[in-house]
Amino acid sequence: MEQKTKIHAEDGKQDLFITREFDLPVELLFKAHAEPDILEQWMSNPYATAKALKFEGKKHGSYQLESTDAQGKVVFRSNGVIHEFNLNKKITRTFELENAPFGVQLEVYEFEPLTDNTSKLNMHVIYETAALRDQVLKLPFAQGLNMAHNRLQEVLLALK
Amino acid sequence: MNLRRDVFQAIADPTRRAILLLVASQAMTAGAIASNFDTARPTVSKHLQILTECDLLEQKQNGREIYYHINAKQMKEVAEFIEPFRKMWDERFNKLETIMKQYKQKNK
Repeated sequence: MEQKTKIHAEDGKQDLFITREFDLPVELLFKAHAEPDILEQWMSNPYATAKALKFEGKKHGSYQLESTDAQGKVVFRSNGVIHEFNLNKKITRTFELENAPFGVQLEVYEFEPLTDNTSKLNMHVIYETAALRDQVLKLPFAQGLNMAHNRLQEVLLALK
Repeated sequence: MNLRRDVFQAIADPTRRAILLLVASQAMTAGAIASNFDTARPTVSKHLQILTECDLLEQKQNGREIYYHINAKQMKEVAEFIEPFRKMWDERFNKLETIMKQYKQKNK
């Protein structure tokens, strides 16, 4: 099966591209990125609940997100400012993981209508340096292990 | 290797996960690592020992100091480590799509 989400990251570059086609009209794809209560839902997973502590979907607005684990412990917080908020077309924002040595990244989201009921998201993420980009890419390595561990724990608990 | 010292045990602890994330960005001495945590120094040393025993960290002598590195063998090249990153986004986007389809149904 063809992979729906594609990542293009060239060796030694400080940016990457994420693209994905959705079986959704562009208005709904945009809405999912523009409304905090919807953003919270799809940013959450069985192991971490996302919450928007602040979210101003407008030019010069800012946001702060928090993820907590099943015990309510804060896993991480992130924040950024919104530089451009162009309805159903484009969002340009910064993103920073708090208390982490990964710097600030610039994120450009372009929302592209394909048909009345399908659309495409083009994300361009620019990191401070190529080394920082690679470090951030390695992060899910630890998260992946974490999730694998949690799954294992669930399976073991179910066996009890 | 002690069987109990497996990767799952190593990452079961939030402090050890935090240490891995910290050392992923740069090699550090035990003292520098400990300075990032409120935990007592011997506790951090114990965590470092466990992470080293299960090959997630390795020690390298640099003059009088011992630096902890993320084990290069565990760290993959861009092409390989990009896959978990891609998967994470793919799962998020699948969820987004499901949620918005439900939203569309409700708001018809």
